[in-house]
Amino acid sequence: MSSSYLLRRTGYGLLLMLGVVVLNFLLIRLAPGDPAVVIAGEMGGATEEMLESIREEYGLNKPVLTQLAIYVGNVLQGNLGESFFFNQPVSKLIADRIGPTILLVITAQLMSIALGVFLGVIAARKPNGAMSAFVSVFATIGYAVPVFWTGIMLIILFASSFPIFPVEGMQSVKLRDAAWYVQTIDILHHLVLPAFTLAIIYLAQYARLSRASMLEVLGSDYIRTARAKGASEKSVLFKHALRNAALPILTVAGLQFGNLISGALLVETVFNWPGMGRLAFDSILRRDYPTIMGVLFFASAMVVIANILTDISYRWADPRLRGRS
Amino acid sequence: MTDQTTQSSYKAESPALEAWRMFRRNIPALVGVALLAVIVGATLYGTFFYAGDPFEVVWAPHEPPGVTPDFPLGTDYLGRNLMAGMLTGGGPTLTVGAAAAAITMVIGITLGALAGYYGGWVDNLLMRITEFFQVLPALLFAMVLVTLFSPSLWTIAIAIGVVSWPQTARLTRAEFLKIKELEYVTAARAIGARNKRIIWRVILPNAMPPLIVSATLTIGVAILFEAGLSFLGLGDPNVMSWGLMIGANREYILDAWWPVTFPGLAIFFTVFAVSLIGDGLNDAFNPKLRER
Repeated sequence: MSSSYLLRRTGYGLLLMLGVVVLNFLLIRLAPGDPAVVIAGEMGGATEEMLESIREEYGLNKPVLTQLAIYVGNVLQGNLGESFFFNQPVSKLIADRIGPTILLVITAQLMSIALGVFLGVIAARKPNGAMSAFVSVFATIGYAVPVFWTGIMLIILFASSFPIFPVEGMQSVKLRDAAWYVQTIDILHHLVLPAFTLAIIYLAQYARLSRASMLEVLGSDYIRTARAKGASEKSVLFKHALRNAALPILTVAGLQFGNLISGALLVETVFNWPGMGRLAFDSILRRDYPTIMGVLFFASAMVVIANILTDISYRWADPRLRGRS
Repeated sequence: MTDQTTQSSYKAESPALEAWRMFRRNIPALVGVALLAVIVGATLYGTFFYAGDPFEVVWAPHEPPGVTPDFPLGTDYLGRNLMAGMLTGGGPTLTVGAAAAAITMVIGITLGALAGYYGGWVDNLLMRITEFFQVLPALLFAMVLVTLFSPSLWTIAIAIGVVSWPQTARLTRAEFLKIKELEYVTAARAIGARNKRIIWRVILPNAMPPLIVSATLTIGVAILFEAGLSFLGLGDPNVMSWGLMIGANREYILDAWWPVTFPGLAIFFTVFAVSLIGDGLNDAFNPKLRER
């Protein structure tokens, strides 16, 4: 992979992020009412003094373009403003919560791809078999269930009937001071239900997609060749076919990342997972705009990074693409 | 005379009629239509048979379902009538779902058609805008919009539409890129049709089949969006909706399972019905893909 390609791709990603910053600025300006009051948050009961200091910091008495320049400049310096509800810099609020969100989203993504592709490949072996029927039905159901409701149903199930997984939070209070490996196991234990809840929707989609993609590939000449030269069924399915069927799966995985973050927002709220989604929910209820805008910025940044990684893995999976830009 | 009768029996069918024939034989799709008809019917006319205010406290809290005949689905944590909530709660969900899907389709088809037809810098600009909107996590962006511009059924529908159009735009663009090279488009241009006419009257009707399927799926996504926003308490607070019922009762799920279970099932069956119809339409428009 050429480094100039990576550089260009990253530059474009940064441009998109600049777009998000400008959008944040526009949203605050477009909101009805005095921007200083909007920034202070309606629930804050801001004093005239506070409003004055906000006007000063954001340059709200200056022309709009100057305000935009000040806002962009602040963000570039890592200053996303001050949360008047939490009484902390927004960057600190997010830094404390981005880890749990990334852990949840990546676990759910890997879980859904691994299980989904596995189910899809098995189903593709017999297009009219029971497994195929199951994948189709499961995909339709998975698509139709509201993710927050799945979470609630799992909580009801696991809180009372099968109390084997914790249903709330990320860590047990009594293990806060335990050895690191005990804590790690504790966090993974807490992760099971939220990650599974989030994975269900996408798992179903990947299963359906990889089944369709595999069926197409399995009909091609090189698969017949591989079989003719005596390759084992396992090798044909997972080595020859899957690698060629992987491209559409990768594409969707990249495109789904934004939806996954949206889903994480709901799942975090349901399971009290201490991540950015929970923070977004709390700050929206309090109309704490600097925090909301900060979350929007970082969530978009995660999507941009995921898209770049998708592009890279695309080229890794398909050597034919490497020469092109 | 005999020639004429033979000829008429071989008359070509319109694609729409052919699709309808296929759809009519698709049992899951028909189940979807029936399910959706029941849900829409219950939402429109349910209160005619069972009147009740979903916000009014009428009974002891957490009355289980099937105990008191007056309240067949029981009551919630405040003692509000769940049956009344179920019957009226579909209104906002279905209205917002349909309106948001319509907004999504209008924005997506317009931008996608212009990008695909004109190509060049128009395509470049519109696709960059589309990519920008795809970077924003949709639910979060919708939450921000709804909070900034105070929630009502309209703001919610517009917010969902504004965040959901990029996929439709991409699909429309791809169809336009494919169709604009076909001979009948060249023919239309040769007889002097203007761009506007070619886009809307020549290409768009031929791009419709995949767009109709996509519109159906968009309705499903929009319904889930509305439910998610209401669940978070960002819906119109003056209107009872299924999502709001789940959100309001979620603190008490370990005391009572029914106030969250019934509305969740209602949302599920609605989206399930819509997606069965979408799958059926997809099969009907693409008979070749049916064995997949």
